[in-house]
Order: sequence, then C-alpha cells, then structure tokens
Amino acid sequence: MVKLAEWRGKEIFRQYGMPLPRGRVVRSAAEAASAVAAGSVPLPCVVKAQVLAGGRGKGGAVRFASTPAEAEAATGAILGLEFKGERVREVLLEEKLPIARELYLSVALDRSLRLPIVMASARGGVEIESVDDAQILRVPVHPFVGLTGYERRRIATTLGLVGPAVRSLDTVLTALWQIFEREDAELVEINPLAVVGDGLTALDAKVIIEDDASFRHPQYAEVRDDRTPLEEIAREKEIAFVQLDGNIGVIANGAGLTMATLDVLQQFGGRPGVFLDLGGTDDPKKVTEAFLLMAKARPAAVFLNIFGGVTRCDTVALGLVEAMKQVPPAERFPLVARIRGNNEDEGIAILRSAGVTSLHELKESVQAAVAAAGGRP
Amino acid sequence: MSVLVGPDSRIVVQGITGHQGTVHTRQMLLFGSRVVAGTTPGKGGQSVEGVPVFDSVQEAVDRTQANTSVIFVPAPFAKDALLEAVDAGVTLAVVVTEHIPFHDMLTMYHYARSRGARIIGPNCPGIAAPGKSKAGIIPNVVFRPGRIGVISRSGTLTYEIVNGIKEHGLGQSTCIGLGGDPVIGTTFVDALPLFEADPDTDLVVLVGEIGGTAEEDAAEVLRSHFTKPVVAYVAGRSAPPGKRMGHAGAIIARGKGTAASKLEALRAAGAEVADFPYEIPDLVARTLKERGRR
Repeated sequence: MVKLAEWRGKEIFRQYGMPLPRGRVVRSAAEAASAVAAGSVPLPCVVKAQVLAGGRGKGGAVRFASTPAEAEAATGAILGLEFKGERVREVLLEEKLPIARELYLSVALDRSLRLPIVMASARGGVEIESVDDAQILRVPVHPFVGLTGYERRRIATTLGLVGPAVRSLDTVLTALWQIFEREDAELVEINPLAVVGDGLTALDAKVIIEDDASFRHPQYAEVRDDRTPLEEIAREKEIAFVQLDGNIGVIANGAGLTMATLDVLQQFGGRPGVFLDLGGTDDPKKVTEAFLLMAKARPAAVFLNIFGGVTRCDTVALGLVEAMKQVPPAERFPLVARIRGNNEDEGIAILRSAGVTSLHELKESVQAAVAAAGGRP
Repeated sequence: MSVLVGPDSRIVVQGITGHQGTVHTRQMLLFGSRVVAGTTPGKGGQSVEGVPVFDSVQEAVDRTQANTSVIFVPAPFAKDALLEAVDAGVTLAVVVTEHIPFHDMLTMYHYARSRGARIIGPNCPGIAAPGKSKAGIIPNVVFRPGRIGVISRSGTLTYEIVNGIKEHGLGQSTCIGLGGDPVIGTTFVDALPLFEADPDTDLVVLVGEIGGTAEEDAAEVLRSHFTKPVVAYVAGRSAPPGKRMGHAGAIIARGKGTAASKLEALRAAGAEVADFPYEIPDLVARTLKERGRR
C-alpha cells in the first residue's frame, strides 16, 4: 500500500485533467515567499502541511495567508512540525477559492461485490465515516464497462448539481475512474470536492496505490510511507515483517498461521513484538536473513512456528542454524521452535544437532515461549 | 462425490517447467490426481514427471481433454494465463500465484464468470479431495479420506487444521483454500452451497481471517441456506487496527472486519466457534456426535 501525499496525488490528478486550485509544493519558507511573489500561488492562499494523517485542519496543520510575508511565516511555522508522528517536510500552497458547497467523491474496491464502487455524497468536507449511510450514494462499476452515462447522471443528482456543473462533474468522474484503473489505485478520494462558481474543483487528493502492481509503476517505488526502517528492509527481502509493541518475536510461514500464533500467544499472556511471515520459501538463505532481521528487533524470546508445505522443515532448520552462528552473543535470544509438516523429521534432527528442541503441540510451545521471554507460562 | 474436483478432473499445469510447477506436479501425481498436461510457452514437446508439455493451453486441451488448470505463472503474466485457460475451455482454474494486482484479478474474475468458468484463488493453496484428486499445493501428508469439508482463507493454517482433524482420527471430504487476497474467485458464499449439496460432507469447518466481510457474508448463507453443522475459527483476534498482517486482505480498518464482529455473526448464524486452532478437532467430533443424536 503506497499512500501518496496530497501534492503527489494532485500531480496525478493534473495529468488526468482533474480541475485543481493553482498552487505549488515548497520545502522552505523562502521558497514559499518567492512562489507567492512570482504569482504561481495567487493570494489569498491556503498553506497545508503534507502529511498522510487526516484531521489537518483541526490540528493546526492548515493555515491561511493574505500576503507574501504571511505565506512565508505560515510555511515556516508548519515546516518541521511533528503531526501525529509524522515530520512535516513539504508544504502545499494553493489559492484560496470562494467555496459554495463541499462534496465527497471516491472510488475504491468493494470486496464482497468484487467490483469497484464509486461513493458520492453532498456532505463533503467531513470524514465519510461520520456521514449517515442514507446520504451516501454507492455505485458499483463493472470493470469492462466503466462509468455509464446514467450512473453519472445519478451521481450528479445526488450531489445536487445542475447546468455547467454537471459537465464539470463529468470531467471529474472520468479522471477519477481513469486514475483508479490505470494507476492501479486502491483508493482515489476527493474530499472535499468544492463547488466554485459554475464548476467543481478538487481541494484535496487522497490516492493509495496497490503494492502488487509496482512492477508496472516503478515511479511509486521511491515514495515513502508509514513503514519502520526494519519493515522497509524486510520489504526489500520480500519478508512480511510487522512491528508490534510486545517483546516476543514470532516467525511463522503464511499469514493465517502467523496470526493464529499471535492469537494463542496473547491468550497465554505473551506480548508479540514482531510478526515475521516467512511465506513460502525453499531457500535456507532467506530463512537466515529473516532470523538476522528478527535479531535486530532485539526480542526477549523468539517463537518459531512452521508448518511445512512449499517451505520444507529441513530448509527452515538449516537456515536457522546458520543464523544462530551469525548472531553476536550480545544479541542472542532464547528460541522456542515448533516445526511440522513436509520433511518434519529431517528438520527436527537438524535443530537437535544445534541444541534446539522442537515441540509438538502449539499450546505447549506457546507456553514455553512466554516463559522464555520472562513472562509467566 | 466431492466438491469441484474428483476422478474426472483432468489437470493442466500452467508454468509446469518452473520449480514450483515441477515440484507440485509430482506431488499431485503422488496424491492420485490425473495431471494430463503442462504448458510453458516455447517448451512444447518436453515432458515433466512424465507429463507432456505444450506451448499453449488450447493445444493441451485439444490433445488431452484437460478441464482443470493449476496456474503457477508469475504475477505479471498470471492474468494472461488465466484468460488463456478460460478461452481454451477450462472450467476450473486454481491460481496459486501470489501478488497479482487486484485490478488484474477483477478482469480475471469477471471474464471467467462470463464464460462459465470458476477461479479458486489467487494466492491460494488450492483444492483437494482425499483419495480422489488434488489441484494445488496442499501437502499430501495432512489428508485422510473422510466426511469433513474444510473451507479456508489461509494457507499453512489450513494445513495445520486439516492435519489436526486427521490426527484426531477424522478425515476430509474436500478441502478448499480460497486464498488471502482482496478479490478472490471463490468466496465462502460461493463455496458453502457446494458443500451443502455434497452427500459426502457431514460438517464444514470454516477458517476465516480478519479483514473484509467474507465471514459476515458467510454467516448470512449459514442462516438462510445451510443445514449442515459448521465449526468456525477466525485468525487475527490480537491484530492491531491498520496494520497489514501479511495477507493483502488481512487489514482491519476502523473497527470493521475485526475477529469479534466475524465471530459474533457466525455464532449468531448457528456455527460452533473455536477460539484457537487446536480446539477445532475436538469441537468437530463433539458437534458431529451431538447433531448425530438428534
């Protein structure tokens, strides 16, 4: 999931012909002053922190300026702020428009329908979750057909648009749908979509791009998101790695088994600190890398729970034994292992030769892991 | 009888000359599946584990009457592979490949549906009916023929649970791993009626995960269209909101798709709910006994 900052989202919007306020992204107060002085941002203007978290307006991360000096001061005040855990490094300056009404428009996937769904509401400018269901129009869109004329008219009616604004909506909907499809988006959201004079303008942009489609969108690879540094390394090595707030590291294979393992761990008083899903692998090197990554997270104990399918138990055992040799003594941790399934006997024998016992039952092994981390069994 | 696969399944493996394709062709043959063909463009004329390799699925179907495909093709090419299989007349396609963009899967699903074909997956372990046929990658060792149906969103967790059922002395009629992606070809809602209609299934074990509303949707089917007993488990009750837990589908947003809401829906629909995976075999045995007495 690649969440794009507003200004990046708007860059995409612009490529697809979405109507936008005039503006510029800046990275220093001086840059803000010169952008305003040069006329690339008309006054009065809005000064917005480029962070991914919502609620910027209420949180002081959006300000207004009527003069170049005010724009410079507001930019300086926002840059470097920490907003909901994110450092503000970029600020978007945009002309302040006379807004008649604020609407909501988005497209996302409806998993149950297995169709994209366009959502529209005349109640824009607030979080869509807080809007009454009856005030949201949901239009499923068949991917082979796209948004039809009659659906567009329904959306216009819901949004209370007439005359030239309907043609403006048509432009907005076409851009919205094309971005969703062609950029492999999970979500394209415009909130608010403002009625300004006879037309519409996208005041905000929220675009989330799907990770799995990155092979056809290399341009998003550089965009930072909300991963921790270790999570980022894991991603490069194609290991699912999630940091939680406990002290026990869990290595399992397969998302479902990993989640079930965490559930059982919590049940017996353990606090999962890192969740590492090896996935399907038959490369001992990948197992070794995963273990070394886990060691970097400095867990109090590690619980290894593997059910061999594509991944063979002996592969995991070999990778593990190699990793244990490489972890510096100061960073070693107690290890509890449970390996079952394909080549189970070979794997258990390899572990035993390295002094690690593989337990048989999930429950008893979880209890052992909790005890090893210093909690009660 | 069994569900979706059986003695009449004639399997073509797409991507048979790749490592996973070869390994799992061998495992499927050992299971007793009729793997009649494989395909890899440009490698027609070779053979893998004694199975003839063709350049195209159409050729494979023409020459071997294959009706079921198992797809191991890498994600960027998986959509094309599926469309090729459907156009060649395959009626069931098991897509093992992971990391297929969901936009591709939307096309794959709706195209297959328009042509009367079914997809299982993607990012799934496939389907197996012990003693009959397997199309996919679930390890052979976990199975034993029996009368328990298993439908699961997970991979290895499914193996763990199916194995637990076996170790308890019970067996399985058919086991389907639906896959963990946001868009899947066969959901609980699609699969449950097949088990309801299967005379060889007495009880269904439903293994869910956090994220989405597939389990809530399944509960609706259980309530109105299902007469057999169901034992349900949902993984991820300890997952924090907003974090993606490995499966693309397993993400909780704003209190929706939580384990609690899923378990509540399933329980209200009459399912027996297991809190932890190791409780499932006992619960299955007990439920069978109780329902049998009525």
